[in-house]
Amino acid sequence: MAMNSNTPKQTSHLKREILVRVIKAYLSDNFEENTRLIPYAMRPKNSDVPNYRCCIFKERAILRDRTIAGLGFSIEETDDSVLLSDLAVKAENRETPQDHPLTVLTTACKGCVPSRIYVTDLCQGCVARPCVNTCKFGAISIQNGKSVIDPEKCKNCGMCIQVCPYQAIQKIIVPCENACPVGAIAKDENGHAKIDFDKCISCGKCASACPFGAVHEKSQIIDVLKQIKHKRKNQKRVIAMVAPAMFGQLPCTPGQLKEAILKLGFDDVYEVAQGADITTKTEAHEFVERLENGEEFMTTSCCAGYNELVDKHIPEMQHFRSDTKTPMYYTAEIAKCENPGAITVFFSPCVAKKREALNNSNVDYVLNYEEIGAWMIALGIQVAECEESNFKTEASAEGRNYCITGGVAKAVQTLLPEEIPAHPVIIDGLTKQTVRDLKKYAKNGMCELGNLIEVMACTGGCLGGNSTVNAIKPAVKQVTNYVNESHSIKEQFEEQKN
Amino acid sequence: MEKQISVKVCLGTTCFVMGSSNLQELIETVPKKYGNKVDVAGVPCLGLCSIDWEFSKAPYVKVDDEIIKEATVEKVLKAIDEKLK
Repeated sequence: MAMNSNTPKQTSHLKREILVRVIKAYLSDNFEENTRLIPYAMRPKNSDVPNYRCCIFKERAILRDRTIAGLGFSIEETDDSVLLSDLAVKAENRETPQDHPLTVLTTACKGCVPSRIYVTDLCQGCVARPCVNTCKFGAISIQNGKSVIDPEKCKNCGMCIQVCPYQAIQKIIVPCENACPVGAIAKDENGHAKIDFDKCISCGKCASACPFGAVHEKSQIIDVLKQIKHKRKNQKRVIAMVAPAMFGQLPCTPGQLKEAILKLGFDDVYEVAQGADITTKTEAHEFVERLENGEEFMTTSCCAGYNELVDKHIPEMQHFRSDTKTPMYYTAEIAKCENPGAITVFFSPCVAKKREALNNSNVDYVLNYEEIGAWMIALGIQVAECEESNFKTEASAEGRNYCITGGVAKAVQTLLPEEIPAHPVIIDGLTKQTVRDLKKYAKNGMCELGNLIEVMACTGGCLGGNSTVNAIKPAVKQVTNYVNESHSIKEQFEEQKN
Repeated sequence: MEKQISVKVCLGTTCFVMGSSNLQELIETVPKKYGNKVDVAGVPCLGLCSIDWEFSKAPYVKVDDEIIKEATVEKVLKAIDEKLK
């Protein structure tokens, strides 16, 4: 079975288990001590060690590092001698979350070999020797009748792979390096993956791709739990802002989801689809304006991973990217305005929104769906048994559909006048290839495939985000049901015009 | 007629978050593979996760009376095959 982001993986099970334990520790009467005990509780004395590790001590050391990420700290920057109990105190006293949301657990990472091209045992040592003849760098020689690649000379061009009649030559890939669309993660001289944060666009693809679960998100769960715990004393309401993808994540109705979130201790829940409706209206207006001014195309601007890609790697695209703000931006503005002094928490399907929130003072914290799920487990909330609770503001069908690939372009199209039709081009997931395509469109100032380019960093849209809980197919079905029972933005739009 | 094998995929919050979200495909694939020999359904919380710290062994699936911990599609199919032998 092919591995994809929705294949059940032992690594996400582990990450979620750590989160549940961190939350339970925080809610217990001794946060520090119960945090210190997490690795021992998960691997008690004499317990079996999974066969991918050498011994129980290394296994616990790795669980300790995972707990550090759960507490919201960088694993790389934390000294091995620091106790988890001290980090728990530090997490509780922290005023703001750490800046870059990704961190690499190098002890777990050691398992894979550097990316290279390798001749397997399938080599028949044939007479034709196309590999030797094709290699422009003289890197292949015959030893003991079989082809061998000299790593010093090999440039990883892959020509030998293509010409071998036995398909005996393979490229050994490093999953994180392979998944990163911008070459921001690579193995250092010690064989450990390292993220270059100047290049990283926070898309989270490395976190999903690593079979060792070595790339973690620094969680802000302790920060949020603290706000909920002290909200009365601080006299600050805590508001949840739920991105459209959340409605496909748990086995319950939208109304039950709202009730479940209130049970976590939030004072109110806003649908980010409400902000998406403002994005749609603004973006449709902007599209018309740009085309009337003779521009060839416009790209969407709601995906945080894409926005970071443009700012860091394709600055020439900035001109073509819509100036419209994201649904999170508008929703947070409304939430802060309606609840002065409140703390706002965005519920996100991906890590990139954590970066976007750092630059938006209206968004105080970001939690992902794994963290929300873990919190519900820790409190024993049965979502399917919750009462129905209604949202104060009805969002449109199109806004609720933003999380499915193609949904943003479709929403914008709904509001365009007949004389200015859009021809949407959907970039369904950033890869090295789609990044090259985007660079080409920006450089040429045109895209031969259409004039409205929707870019989603994740395949499938937000429902394919790196920290979603549900598999993509059932999630699409669940969101689509919700969309189908909602009103079109066109009705709202017509009403406002009249 | 032979007795049907009953497969219950727990869709309680804990099981769902810990991985039964990925077992939903069984609800479609099992009837295709085994016809009416197997009755498969997603069910509300089976109550297995609430016993002390047993959430870490979720997701749970019940194949007749047998409880499968940390269930995967492969484990469930294997259990069904065993029963059909």
